[in-house]
Amino acid sequence: MAQMTMIQAITDAMKVELENDPSVLVFGEDVGHNGGVFRATDGLQKEFGEERVFDTPLAESGIGGLAIGLGLTGYRPVAEIQFFGFVFEVMDSIVGQAARMRYRSGGRYNSPVVFRAPFGGGVKTPELHADSLEGLMAQSPGLKVVIPSNPYDAKGLLVSAIRDNDPVVFLEHMKLYRSFRGEVPEGEYTIPLGKANVVREGSDVTIVTYGAMVHTSLKAAEQAEKERGVSVEVIDLRTVSPIDIDTVVESIKKTNRAIVVQEAQNKAGVAPEIITQINEKAILHLEAPVLRVTAPDTVFAFAAIEDEWLPDPKRVNKAINEVLDF
Amino acid sequence: MSTNLEAIRAEEQETIQVLDPDGNIVSKDLEPDLSDDQLREIMTRMVYTRVWDQRAISLNRQGRLGFYAPVAGQEATMIGSHFAMNKEDFLLPSYRDIPQIVWHGLPLYQAFLYSRGHQTGGKIPEDVNVLMPQIIIGAQIIQTTGVAYGFKLNGEKRVALTYIGDGGTSQGDFYEGVNFAGAYQAPAIFIVQNNRYAISVPIEKQTAADTLAQKAVAAGIPGYQVDGMDVLAVYAVANKVAEKARNGEGPALIESLTYRYGPHTMAGDDPTRYRTNEEATEWENNDPIVRFRKYLEAKGIWSEEDENKVMEEAKEDISAAIKKADEIEKMTVPGLIDTMFEKTPDHLEEQKEWFGTEE
Repeated sequence: MAQMTMIQAITDAMKVELENDPSVLVFGEDVGHNGGVFRATDGLQKEFGEERVFDTPLAESGIGGLAIGLGLTGYRPVAEIQFFGFVFEVMDSIVGQAARMRYRSGGRYNSPVVFRAPFGGGVKTPELHADSLEGLMAQSPGLKVVIPSNPYDAKGLLVSAIRDNDPVVFLEHMKLYRSFRGEVPEGEYTIPLGKANVVREGSDVTIVTYGAMVHTSLKAAEQAEKERGVSVEVIDLRTVSPIDIDTVVESIKKTNRAIVVQEAQNKAGVAPEIITQINEKAILHLEAPVLRVTAPDTVFAFAAIEDEWLPDPKRVNKAINEVLDF
Repeated sequence: MSTNLEAIRAEEQETIQVLDPDGNIVSKDLEPDLSDDQLREIMTRMVYTRVWDQRAISLNRQGRLGFYAPVAGQEATMIGSHFAMNKEDFLLPSYRDIPQIVWHGLPLYQAFLYSRGHQTGGKIPEDVNVLMPQIIIGAQIIQTTGVAYGFKLNGEKRVALTYIGDGGTSQGDFYEGVNFAGAYQAPAIFIVQNNRYAISVPIEKQTAADTLAQKAVAAGIPGYQVDGMDVLAVYAVANKVAEKARNGEGPALIESLTYRYGPHTMAGDDPTRYRTNEEATEWENNDPIVRFRKYLEAKGIWSEEDENKVMEEAKEDISAAIKKADEIEKMTVPGLIDTMFEKTPDHLEEQKEWFGTEE
């Protein structure tokens, strides 16, 4: 089995689907000849030609409209938004248009579009590049929102996203792109959207998380085990809309304590949603309130204080101790 | 290379006209090659649409329709441009463009259901190539480019046609869509229905551009300005650009100078707050149906009797369509929930239970 970085796995997923299905198109700013600013589409235009993998003019809203229109003519567009902080320019196409295509046509049309975008902190990008805006997407009816945490998942989830007939927002954490390698099978395989993964088994506390915070949480879990002898279970949601609450509830039945860790700001996002659902479905299994570890409710910090601003293992450990000592 | 400081500007453009207000041909070269039957069909559709508009306004006032944007005055632009389309062409309308959707094949009763906010209104039959009217001004422009580019990639000789108003040309999406279409040489046709007012804001306050047609220049695509009260001129230009688009010669933008006689929509707009009676009367004296009637009568292919027959048929069709719309079963929340995703996810299955199961 090949060892790949997450970005190689993402490229491989697009390659597999471009080979499998002639209706798959990959496009965005700089994705053609240049292979993308992160090289996510490197080599794809050379292999599949300019009709399948192409550059667009520099206009995010135009990219969104193009994707929706191509979806109406039988294509499966994979549109790259160069950085997810630019999503505001294409919000209408994603949230206002693609997400409601099936509803407004009474089920006649769908919008089989994947909007791929890099996001995520810790890599010192300029403003409006790194922001974790998955909460905005997750709140929007009609969208699926996927955030992989490792190369294997990234490929399997992206293949599923491309094959899905509903619009999918696929967010790729920049810090995970090249930070480590993992085993990735050749050829095609899929990981179902909307299914979480228990990445570390434990019996005392459940951490529910996704994206880069999976790794932060795993570090915290190891530390907690070493320092306090507690066994921490870590769940990687993989899809933040819809949420696989069943896997979370099963875990809480075992651990009776939970915290939610996300890189995004504190309020009104994915973490509060998970906590609400835990309240609705597992309150009698809880020995302590569910806490969340998040960034503060400010705009994404400038690079100078980015590392302090982002949740780290220390803050996760503090929350683990709080739910244990409640 | 000039050594003088001269700004680059759009070329001057002349408004294209075929018929003068008395129905006389003023540009023989542009007179479209249409059969008598086709000419009668265009007139039939304009008269039918006028009757339907009057009826829709009245039904709205009785509370039997929902959202409705009156179209009287704009028939030549709407019908003339649409008549240049083939059945397999794809139409992406704006909120006022219900007539073109229906003439493209959407059953009339569905247009009424759409007005009432019923989901069945938008359930497009398989062989009808349309989207329902776009409400976000400009979104249809970028989507049209996507559909048109899809046709080009498929090697199909089809065009994507869309409409926007004068105000809509101020939107970013308008520029993005037209520019993308130019960059990809996609077979898209953008029709700007310049009826002089974006609800209440006059064109003079909308832009400093002399024409809206010249907005095509910046995108490197052809732009035309046409007399939008002259159905033959609108048809002639739309037909020409559609033929070119089908032959791989790329997109075009048409500005059609027209006027809505009524309010922006039936939801409380009062045009007397921002338009003078004199202005409205002047445009009404330039009525597209009157002008075309004179032309057809002079050719001896239209009569008062013909017109009355169309009006009667329209009234009957409308009554039947309203009756059919009344008979369609009510929308349900569980039914709505099931149109969010191809396979309804668990959390939405749970939410369906809040409303009980469908009968």
